Amino acid sequence: MASGRHALAGARVDARRAGERSGAAPMPAAQRAGLDTRSLQGVFGALTAIAVVFLVGPTIVMLLTSFTSTESLRFPPQGFSLRWYKALLDADQMQAAAWSSLIVAFWTTLISAVLGTLGALAIARSESRFARVADVVFMSPLILPALAYGFAALVYIHLLGFHPSIPLLVLGHVVVCVPFVLRTTIAALAQVDPALFDASASLGAGRVMTFRRVTLPLIGRGIAAGAFLAFMASFDNVPVSLFLADERTEMLPIHLWQQIDTNLDVRTAAISGVIIIATIVLMVLAERFAGLSRQLAR
Amino acid sequence: MKRTHDEWPLALPLAALFVVCFFAPFVVLVAMSLHADAQMQTWSIAQYVKFFGDAFNLGILASTVWLAVKATLVCLLFGYPIAWVASRAPARWQSVLVFIVVLPILTSVVVRTFAWIVILGREGILNDTLRLLRIVDQPVPLLFTETGVIAVLAQVQMPLMVLPLLATLTRIDPNLADASSALGAGAWRTFLRVTLPLSAPGLVAGCILVFSACATAFVTQTLIGGARLIYMPLHIYQQAVGANNWPFAAAISVVFTLAVMVVIYALNRAGRTSKAYAHG
Repeated sequence: MASGRHALAGARVDARRAGERSGAAPMPAAQRAGLDTRSLQGVFGALTAIAVVFLVGPTIVMLLTSFTSTESLRFPPQGFSLRWYKALLDADQMQAAAWSSLIVAFWTTLISAVLGTLGALAIARSESRFARVADVVFMSPLILPALAYGFAALVYIHLLGFHPSIPLLVLGHVVVCVPFVLRTTIAALAQVDPALFDASASLGAGRVMTFRRVTLPLIGRGIAAGAFLAFMASFDNVPVSLFLADERTEMLPIHLWQQIDTNLDVRTAAISGVIIIATIVLMVLAERFAGLSRQLAR
Repeated sequence: MKRTHDEWPLALPLAALFVVCFFAPFVVLVAMSLHADAQMQTWSIAQYVKFFGDAFNLGILASTVWLAVKATLVCLLFGYPIAWVASRAPARWQSVLVFIVVLPILTSVVVRTFAWIVILGREGILNDTLRLLRIVDQPVPLLFTETGVIAVLAQVQMPLMVLPLLATLTRIDPNLADASSALGAGAWRTFLRVTLPLSAPGLVAGCILVFSACATAFVTQTLIGGARLIYMPLHIYQQAVGANNWPFAAAISVVFTLAVMVVIYALNRAGRTSKAYAHG
């Protein structure tokens, strides 16, 4: 009994001491916690700020330089003018190269979107090991050295007795661009409740009807985001184009590369400006119609 | 289960494309590398003996892997904070950050490299600024140096690190971090012991993507690195097109591809181990 009371009293004293302790020391502890949180946020925030400048800076520098009125690429530019953009209107070779790149990118995107969507439908809803392997295999062009693939493709078509040509170039581009469509479409399919497909089927819709009326509206944005990425990747491709473009056809990135390597011409800055503006416009459209940033972050 | 059986033929066109246009070229590449001549008359391992017998080739392989490792670490240093900040930001700002991160990789490779030439050159902004601030008297060589190549690679490949990380970070249950701080762990401790281990899958995916992209970034390596810094892609190109030595170029390509695969495999293994650790 007595020992019980003692124990109780003891507990009460302990509680009071604890209360005193927490009453006496809340400020430093809270401050320490606050400092800790703020230092973490500060370090990460500062690194992010540096990275943002580092990421955006070159694009802005390039854009501003392209409006220079002089013949030098010095930054900041002396005077502003559109003279180098006007000069682009006479740059026949550059225009021809841009046109070839656009045509190749168009066909690459179309074929990648169709094959990639079909592949994604087969892979995303399958639980077999086979589908896992297929997923890794179809994504591998993104990871394996692109230049080794470009050269392998050249050796291969030579062995078959073909010569580099635009249709073969498109096929090479599809191999390296289809992973983008596959990735975004599989991600989009993963968000869809499979019960919807069953419901559609049990209501008597055939597979084509289910695809057009149920699946496509649900994953359309995913396919569009992937197609956008595939288009940009194809338009920008160097390692495959270097080996598979025929001698008469010059692709834009390779043409620009040679320009930069031989004579640093301000016209190159102007076409760079055009490409940057077009990229930003396309990105905004992709954001508007395909929710690009959300598709990329999942 | 029935559905699975119904749908696998949809992958057939893509599978056919890969067999004909992806595997077959690599098989031919390996065959070419095992020949003494471009006409593929005599089988031999002479190309590999030549590659591994010459310190010059091994040096290029080592410097390429090392370059990609360094660029990956820079991407990690800046990419993790970006993903961390973006994962906590309101949806609108998250989109803006993703935009900023993705812009360089979507802008044509030659254009973005060109921008860096304007910045890093002897009379570029960076050197002008450094001289203006009297930090240096003579222009510092930045172009045609490994440091320059790493900086440009990090800028361009940043999204490959940030996007997988952002995807994993947003999927982590915020209650876990709350529980950690309720149990008395500070912000740094919570980050190191809870958030970081849980984000390991995104971290590994990011490292794999950035590493392979940096190792094979032909245009950036060549334009920023110049002719004196030779990495594997330029080595392949010079042997294939310049020297017209297809069997040797094929052998370099095979070695390079295998080297990249080995690193990816190691990263994957590391990822699986850390995942096991994070999930107890």
